[in-house]
Amino acid sequence: MPRVHDRGGWPDAGPINKAEHNYALWEKRTDALLMLLASPAKKVLRVDELRRAIESLPPEAYERMSYYERWISAIETLVIEKGILTKEEIDKKAEEKDS
Amino acid sequence: MAAKFKPGDQVRIRVGSPPGHFRTPSYVQGKVGRIEAIHGDFRNPEGLAYGKDGLPKQFLYLVSFDQAQLWETYAASSRDRLFIDVYEHWLERVDCGS
Amino acid sequence: MHDHDHEHSHADAHAPITDGHGSSHYEKRATAIVSLLIEKGLISADEVRRTIEQMDERTPALGAKVVARAWVDPAFKARLLTDAKSACAEVGVDAGTLAQIVAIENTDAVHNVVVCTLCSCYPRSILGLPPDWYKSLSYRSRVVKNPREVLHEFGLDLPSAVEVRVYDSTADMRYLVIPARPPGTENLDEAELAALVTRDSMIGVAKAREPGKK
Repeated sequence: MPRVHDRGGWPDAGPINKAEHNYALWEKRTDALLMLLASPAKKVLRVDELRRAIESLPPEAYERMSYYERWISAIETLVIEKGILTKEEIDKKAEEKDS
Repeated sequence: MAAKFKPGDQVRIRVGSPPGHFRTPSYVQGKVGRIEAIHGDFRNPEGLAYGKDGLPKQFLYLVSFDQAQLWETYAASSRDRLFIDVYEHWLERVDCGS
Repeated sequence: MHDHDHEHSHADAHAPITDGHGSSHYEKRATAIVSLLIEKGLISADEVRRTIEQMDERTPALGAKVVARAWVDPAFKARLLTDAKSACAEVGVDAGTLAQIVAIENTDAVHNVVVCTLCSCYPRSILGLPPDWYKSLSYRSRVVKNPREVLHEFGLDLPSAVEVRVYDSTADMRYLVIPARPPGTENLDEAELAALVTRDSMIGVAKAREPGKK
């Protein structure tokens, strides 16, 4: 039984939606964040860890979330796992900020 | 350590679903393919995914498959192939003639 | 069993879940995490801005430049097929440090198409960010098992005598397809040739454009 991210040959996959969307600023920031944290200069985390954290999402969440939603969710998991930030401080900051 | 396989060798992809992160998709597991190229040796993503150093490095191979062998419904007469990068520890030698 | 027949039951919904204030849950997490990491000095706002600028500068035009040079210069093409990063550097394209680029050539006998079934690995440093469809569960599921059906959906049908070769990028290699040079292009210069090389032709779901055609 393949894991949710192991998609090759998955049955009932449906038509491919070719519509493209402009990236929101938060999505670009998320991408930039991963590039910076994984950079040789910083080495805070590795792309392999990001993949592992994404693959650990509950299958229902993995399938529901968009690409960068999975990324930021995984980055959050990793920075907490590595003791860089706590969930409480992220929660607090998220509540404080206006969009 | 030298690469165990060389271009032209027949290999079978191991079957497995180890806990944690690995990069061998289930659709090629248990299938027989052919070594096309050796990419070199690389740190193992299975360890890197957990903050480990990923050593010892593993040789990484480009392996090709006959699509008609991978998928039951693929046209048997097709020339089509699938190419994929597989780490050495996921490969077993297959003797010619099998 | 999941019902995958409806497009919206797939992941990759482009509209984030909003809380009615115009800012999604995940957007707030992203903003909060970025702010906190800046406060802690792990990253700076300047670095984030510069990284986004660099990301925006990377577009398929970089890959197109490499392909156009390969079309006019067979020795360059040979170097590109052997060591893509060095060849890219020759034409001023910096392929970056994170991944290995491998160029694969479409010929009369072989047509290549690239995917990453496990996530969405893509030669970003020379093509920019991948299109949403490349990252979709549908593409990842179907192109390995039914490449000709997928190519047909992209408007490309190939004779059975041509080998369709799917590359699944499961490790550090990022594959760049060198599409075949279209007919009727003998008199075009490199810049005109580069204009025919589309992103989709460098992924392998299309051929390069022919002059005078859309």
